[in-house]
Amino acid sequence: MSIWVIAEQKDGKLKKVSLELLSLSKKLKEKTNQDIGCVLLGDNLESFTQTLGNYGADKLFLIEDQALQNYSNEVYSQAIADLVKEHSPKIILGGATAQGKDLLPLVAAKLDAGLAIDCLDIEIDENSKLICTRPMYAGKVKVKCTLESSIQIASLRPNVLEVLPPDTSKQAEVVKVKPRIDPNSLKVKLLEVKKEARGKIDLTEADVIVSGGRAMKSAENFKLLEDLAEALGQATTVGASRAAVDSGFAPHDIQVGQTGKVVNPNLYIACGISGAIQHLAGMITSKCIVAINKDPEAPIFQKADYGVVGDLYKILPILTDIVKKLKAQE
Amino acid sequence: MNIIICIKQVPDTETKIQIKPDSSGIVTEGIKYVVNPYDEYAVEEGVKIKEKFGGEVTVISLGPERAKEAIRTCLAVGADKGIHLNDPAFEGSDSYATAKILAKAISQIPFDIVLTGKQGVDFDNSQVFAYLSRFLDIPFVSVVVGLELSSDLKSATAKREGEGGDKEIIQVQLPAIIAAQKDLNQPRYASLPGIMKAKKKEIKNLSLSDLGLSPDEVGLKGSRVKIENYSQPPERKAGRIIEGEEPAEVCEKLVKLLREEAKII
Repeated sequence: MSIWVIAEQKDGKLKKVSLELLSLSKKLKEKTNQDIGCVLLGDNLESFTQTLGNYGADKLFLIEDQALQNYSNEVYSQAIADLVKEHSPKIILGGATAQGKDLLPLVAAKLDAGLAIDCLDIEIDENSKLICTRPMYAGKVKVKCTLESSIQIASLRPNVLEVLPPDTSKQAEVVKVKPRIDPNSLKVKLLEVKKEARGKIDLTEADVIVSGGRAMKSAENFKLLEDLAEALGQATTVGASRAAVDSGFAPHDIQVGQTGKVVNPNLYIACGISGAIQHLAGMITSKCIVAINKDPEAPIFQKADYGVVGDLYKILPILTDIVKKLKAQE
Repeated sequence: MNIIICIKQVPDTETKIQIKPDSSGIVTEGIKYVVNPYDEYAVEEGVKIKEKFGGEVTVISLGPERAKEAIRTCLAVGADKGIHLNDPAFEGSDSYATAKILAKAISQIPFDIVLTGKQGVDFDNSQVFAYLSRFLDIPFVSVVVGLELSSDLKSATAKREGEGGDKEIIQVQLPAIIAAQKDLNQPRYASLPGIMKAKKKEIKNLSLSDLGLSPDEVGLKGSRVKIENYSQPPERKAGRIIEGEEPAEVCEKLVKLLREEAKII
């Protein structure tokens, strides 16, 4: 019996959630004594072998093909489903990333399996049944669920579980897999990827998010947020409230909230955001929340760890400067 | 074009959700229900396709009696007819069972494109379109923010949201399922004549036996995901307001707290 992790890489970089998944799998392995299989798709993947082994993969399936260089739900799901049918793992875990949210439902469909999506925690009982904790209603509710299919599939929200330290002596047994792809049977074709100029990390994977609301007044003023985000370090990015998006200050793909993204950073800085229930639902699990708002009655202060009552146009530049100086000293 | 739109009636996003004392579900009394926001983009896109290429828009929804209102709302903004999958046996269906029921209903009628929202804002499962694609054996494109049909109506070019704001341009053969993201279009408001007309449009009821499904295939029995219990996440408590004479002083204090107390920067 084995637990499989669908790892994810993009442009030569491994997603952190892949390591979170391997760490989780090590805990599940301790309890049920199953080995850990790890699946990675793409082209020229050998450089990932060491890392995935060190972090816990016993067996590593590298599904390599030029046709897998770019993600497509059709070919990726088929390659995974074929491999699963050959090796019969009973548990499959993946990341609830932008890709995982598209891919895993189709993998589940092809395997006739149930899928618990975007889990905050995944436990296992002595019969190897997964007990998944996942949010509903954008996090207003949590449920515990189990899967009633012979193959159990779950996806894990990034940034929730810890990465356990690697064991540099541990190696994975590498199995190279050539997928069966018939180009003539494909119904979906990727024509082009239009790269976002921001080149920023996806909100759902960010460590720090600096978010702006209606009080940002214009798209240009979002520069203040970008400056602070940049000063704070690497995996940082900018978010927006629905009010800011609907006013045209920011694109929808950075909207945080019930009809945007549900995010889970270490630090969420809400600037000029009053804190409507739909917005709070999207960021309430952030480890630390800072609110900057000139209205002391804004509901966001009821949820923030640290509140600053004041004019964000005065505060943000000063805050950015202080952070920059601090980081420069390191 | 035969355009099918799958919609769901969900609690308004303003709703404060409460859990039943026995943790078996949410308290439904007093909830105001609306058409799932993402499904509204699917409906608008379907109506736009009909306006451009001709055809018929059919709205399908699975849900209790109250779901008729949601179907009626879609009929008021330009959909032509409704199908209500309405049977107590369907209650408790997860994404898998829901897709099975939808697929049965859809396969009984001609269809060229199926549109739906990228997720229901109630259960946040984001899976019905994937299971549906397998049951109907057609491809899907999710998180779609732009859609153009080819002039021969044999394929469509969809713009979908990748990660970090990247956009993927995807060509997909029709029939296909398109799962709409906000930004796909600007849903129109119902006009008064639209609302009046909607009252006369047909909403067909389909039950378990109409679809030729067995009770084991639907509802809790036909589901793959079993919810054991519901809980309310702990309320987050208000922290402290950082006081100070000058913005600079406040900022210094904040950074110090983030570094030394929260240990986060």
